[in-house]
Amino acid sequence: MAKAKSIQPQAGALERAWNWLTETQIWTSVFRHEAPISDRNRVLVMLSNVFLHLHPVRLKKHGVRLRYTWCMGGLSFFLFLVLTFTGVLLMFYYRPTLEYAYSDIVGLREHVPLGIMREMHRWGAHAMVITVWLHMFRVFMTGSYKPPREFNWNVGVIMLVLTLLLSFTGYLLPWDQLAIWAITVGSNMARATPFLGYEGPGASLLAIGDVQLIHAADDARFALLGGTFVGEGALLRFYVLHCVALPLVIGFLMAVHFWRVRKDGGISGPL
Amino acid sequence: MEAIKGFFNLVADPRLFFLLSVVGLVLIVWKREAFARLSVGYGLMGFLAVFFLFGMTDENFVLIIAKPDNVPIVALIFLVVFFTWYSMREAVLNDQRVAAGEDVIEKQESDRVWVWPDLVYTELIALVLCTAVLVVWSIALEAPIEQPANPANTPNPSKAPWYFLGLQEMLVYFDPWLAGVVLPSLIIVGLMAIPYIDTNPKGNGYYTFNERKAEVTLFLFGFVILWTSLIVLGTFLRGPNWNFFGPFEYWDVHKLEALNNVQLSEYLWVRGLGTALPDNILVREGIGILLSLAYVTVLPVILARTVLKGYYEKMGPTRFYVGAFLFLMMLSLPIKMFSRWLVNLKYVVSIPEWFFNI
Repeated sequence: MAKAKSIQPQAGALERAWNWLTETQIWTSVFRHEAPISDRNRVLVMLSNVFLHLHPVRLKKHGVRLRYTWCMGGLSFFLFLVLTFTGVLLMFYYRPTLEYAYSDIVGLREHVPLGIMREMHRWGAHAMVITVWLHMFRVFMTGSYKPPREFNWNVGVIMLVLTLLLSFTGYLLPWDQLAIWAITVGSNMARATPFLGYEGPGASLLAIGDVQLIHAADDARFALLGGTFVGEGALLRFYVLHCVALPLVIGFLMAVHFWRVRKDGGISGPL
Repeated sequence: MEAIKGFFNLVADPRLFFLLSVVGLVLIVWKREAFARLSVGYGLMGFLAVFFLFGMTDENFVLIIAKPDNVPIVALIFLVVFFTWYSMREAVLNDQRVAAGEDVIEKQESDRVWVWPDLVYTELIALVLCTAVLVVWSIALEAPIEQPANPANTPNPSKAPWYFLGLQEMLVYFDPWLAGVVLPSLIIVGLMAIPYIDTNPKGNGYYTFNERKAEVTLFLFGFVILWTSLIVLGTFLRGPNWNFFGPFEYWDVHKLEALNNVQLSEYLWVRGLGTALPDNILVREGIGILLSLAYVTVLPVILARTVLKGYYEKMGPTRFYVGAFLFLMMLSLPIKMFSRWLVNLKYVVSIPEWFFNI
């Protein structure tokens, strides 16, 4: 009896297209390895992708559990990215001067159809403050600040302060009543700085003869606001801090933070 | 209805509110096995949900809660309550495992998994959900924009951004140089000092309560009570002239509050000794200055020799003193609160001539 001839089933059109695509020179120039479905390629994907290489190749099972991490650190980082993206879009429309600031913000609502960038930016900022706090809460409750992670906890505390400062400086930019009075209340504290604020204890001691070194026009609050009240100088100062200076610093510290997470042994866990 | 609202207005009074939250924390820590039950978690979240739904029927309540910038704080209340319960539950479960001679869950799950797909997909889902929540939130709720800035028109109350309202609430009890500068700096320094003061090697990398009772209790006191609940108080319950208003109360600009606070020096000289205040500032405020100095120098020594002797021996003099100082600074807020509420004490040291009031 003749042997039955075996016929290879024809690959589907989609599969053939996929196979063709992944063999083109363009594709192989971007992705240096096959899909991460084998162990070898799961290693390679982490090693060859600049975004994924923040991760280790493998990690302890409890470290991927939401039960352990609450995902708050990751969400803080993601919200920062959202804020950077929406913030850049807002910068296209916003001019930080007394003349235009308020009307540009109103314009975002009136002239941009379906515009939710300002909403995304504001609610995202509030959310980031909360996720940063909860991340810190989780890190404390799991004792993850303990050796060898003491330094990284400190980097985190500085980033917490920067997160609050970013939110605080951004609060002024709409230049409405809510904004200037919140910043007025907040920055009034600076004039009570010991020695460096003109209504702070010890400031009157800093004098040469009768000449007061610390007064309303050169104290800590003045340095913060670029003036003796929340005015044009403060708006520009807060704008530059909010859009350039603070994001640069916090971005730099994030790099340190993530790097140290890896160098201190990856996500914390029982020793 | 009115009775329920009246009850919550009463309970929300800062004195009762603070006292009850401290009692609550003691109960959580002491009865943690009961607190960790699932039914308690569901109950807490259910109670909050019912409370806010009920509140939405009241116009005064809605006025505060539905202010766009206050919405995140409603979320914050739910999240902080949930995660406090949740982390205590994880800690209790781990403690029970240890008591039964097992490993903590994090140890049991210490075999390794691939980052692709296990972690990468979790992250992707989290990002998608986060984006979805943010987009829906942004469509549903417009960002606030009020009248154009007008330096001549001060709103009443004037409030800092919500995350600083705990600090603004401290202004009731401390002068700006303390509430706005020194104490916030000490919070930052204190947080940074935690890993260097806490020498307990246990509880590193897993939830536990039994192995680090004091640390967890102190952190919960600082974060949940002093920080979060004062933010809630400052946002929802402080109205015109920074007067207290219950959650169902109308913000009456003309509400009068008696200002009958007294300085310590007046208690001593005028009421105690029946004489006028001395002219010399240092004599006048001597007792307050001595008390304040003793609070940060003598008291830590006494603590080191008595109640906290064990800690002193474990930590050594430097760590102990820094830790005790930060702890006492944290405690200074409730001390000022209670001395204000119980004996109307305004300042321990009152030298307005030098902008120096404690």
